[in-house]
Amino acid sequence: MTMPSVDSIDDLQNALHRLLYIADRGLATSIFLAIKLGRPLFLEGEAGVGKTEVAKVLTEVLHADLIRLQCYEGLDERQAVYEWNYTRQMMHIRLAESRGEKVEEDDLFGPRFLMRRPLLQAIEGSREKPVVLLVDEIDRSDEEFEAYLLEILSDFQITIPEIGTIKAQQPPVVVITSNRTREVHDAIKRRCLYYWIDYPSFERELQIVNAKVPQAPSQLAREVTAFIQEIRRAELFKAPGVAETLDWVAALVALSQEKLEPRIVEETLGVILKYQDDVDKVKSQGIDTLLERVSMVGL
Amino acid sequence: MIETDGNFTHNVILFGRLLRGLGLNVNTGRMIDLLSALQFIQIGSKADFYYTARCLLVRRQEEIPLFDEAFNAFWQKPGDRWSAPHREAISERRQKPAFVPPPLKPPSSEMPGNGANRGNTNHGKPIIQVVMTYSERELLRKKDFSECSGEELEAIKGLISNLVWQLGTRRSRRLEPGNGRQLDLRRTLRRNLKYGGEVLEWAYRQPKYKNRPLVIIADISGSMERYTQLLLHFIYSLSEGLEQKVEAFVFSTRLTRISRQLHGRDVERALNQVSLLVPDWAGGTRIGDALKRFNFNWSRRVLGQGAVVLLISDGWDRGSANLLSVEIARLQRSCYRLIWLNPLLGYEEYKPLARGMQAALPYIDDFMPVHNLASLEELAQHLHLIERARGIQRQL
Repeated sequence: MTMPSVDSIDDLQNALHRLLYIADRGLATSIFLAIKLGRPLFLEGEAGVGKTEVAKVLTEVLHADLIRLQCYEGLDERQAVYEWNYTRQMMHIRLAESRGEKVEEDDLFGPRFLMRRPLLQAIEGSREKPVVLLVDEIDRSDEEFEAYLLEILSDFQITIPEIGTIKAQQPPVVVITSNRTREVHDAIKRRCLYYWIDYPSFERELQIVNAKVPQAPSQLAREVTAFIQEIRRAELFKAPGVAETLDWVAALVALSQEKLEPRIVEETLGVILKYQDDVDKVKSQGIDTLLERVSMVGL
Repeated sequence: MIETDGNFTHNVILFGRLLRGLGLNVNTGRMIDLLSALQFIQIGSKADFYYTARCLLVRRQEEIPLFDEAFNAFWQKPGDRWSAPHREAISERRQKPAFVPPPLKPPSSEMPGNGANRGNTNHGKPIIQVVMTYSERELLRKKDFSECSGEELEAIKGLISNLVWQLGTRRSRRLEPGNGRQLDLRRTLRRNLKYGGEVLEWAYRQPKYKNRPLVIIADISGSMERYTQLLLHFIYSLSEGLEQKVEAFVFSTRLTRISRQLHGRDVERALNQVSLLVPDWAGGTRIGDALKRFNFNWSRRVLGQGAVVLLISDGWDRGSANLLSVEIARLQRSCYRLIWLNPLLGYEEYKPLARGMQAALPYIDDFMPVHNLASLEELAQHLHLIERARGIQRQL
């Protein structure tokens, strides 16, 4: 269960690149350190900049298993860590009764009736493979869950009263993401390496587009990227993320577009802008003028 | 009439401690009796209050003169203040040396009467001076902040820090053991093991109620200048007094987040930090711009979990009214309750005619004054009663 060695930041960056994830030097550095130091990686950034994707490609780089925990308010131990299988327990009791046997409590609360939820799975891990634990959108959970997570992250062990303490053989690589809809407690962040994923530069975004949607005509890819970069500069309530860029390119490819045209931009604006105010704003700026500016950047 | 004010209660308790110090047998049970008795009497009547207190706190006829003297000295009119020699004069009449209790709350430096005493430390710590009599307090409660003298402002600051804040709750998605409708299988099974697997008792879970976050956005422009100092004290007392997180922002031409600066025990220091941070004290007002900045940069971060927003401003806006109405509409959509506090609302003849106010009114859930202490108390009451369901006045 040894991890494939990632010896340097360059190594990692290249490995990520091969898996079509174009990472900044800063991001690659923090991922690298998270692996080397065994610390959780706390990723923040606007929606659609590829936070969750980090965990996914990292799983591939490390040939690991990905265990994902999607957070929501009220997420508790029963859904995050473990739960007893009550129906089975009840049935077990009834069957034993019908056979005239006595049910031992130890038996009833043994591993057989334990349902392992993501955190417990990640701690137990598997013998053969390392584990990447993705705690997604932690800002959607609440303080109670944060406190619980803190406990687990500090010593990678879980105590189940009926069974005992389970300690991780090999601590999982933990990636925590947040959209900042709520300030996550400092105590969590203190234990983590923190990285803010920003919107990429034009060159990097174009690289991403070319990597992810290779079938896109090069003029289209360039223009779309430039257009997105341009409207991110405008004051929008919700600027489009990289995910939107990729969606848009894919949509335009599906519509067999070779380049951006005013009519098609207007018709597909809903792919990248998710607020009516923003759509109005971009339209009022004039799609023609935007496209003019874009065509100059693209060359 | 029920006087629910914490400060009056505080005074009554101090009074009880004074009596105990003078040798009367005043125990906690008696004080509780007295406090609960107060709701049955007309508290504005000094005579009623006197007799209520006397019949509960005095057990022997000989104690009455002592009680009278203490009562008169303690609940006196402002100006003629209780002093250490005074107290000694009374206690001299007792045979055994008087025990003087320490004050419940250490007198803070901005309280009135402290200055007069600073020079003569020989008489020991001032104890009773920190407390104002209720007539003085009544006057102060109703006085517009902008008309207060420096000393009165100091007194009000002290009173503000004594206000008790509580904010309505919201039903969270988290469950806790209780009498709800959700079946708690884990506890049910545990509980029924003793019956050999026969389920005889069911255990349930219920939703947990949590405090709503509070967000304060305060106008510190030139037209609000007379109120700014006190309002900052008010914001500080809110952020210290509430259990939950309080996010605070101030603006005149720019929006500044001051939440982090407001932490800490010392109010003066906290406000100092704030004043260092804010670049545009008493500048022009651009409410629309400020709200836009808030909506774009902060609303998603601080308005989750059903937040209540307090917007403090007089509505004199030099920016675009159109922008203001767009942004305030957005603000209202993204919070649970939007309360606009306007100091001008204290004037009887005030009509919200200012352009900014006109633009904003349709999107405000509650429109309340914030010009004197009484209005703050009213606000405290209002916040406490915020319903679990949203109010009626909503935009379409």
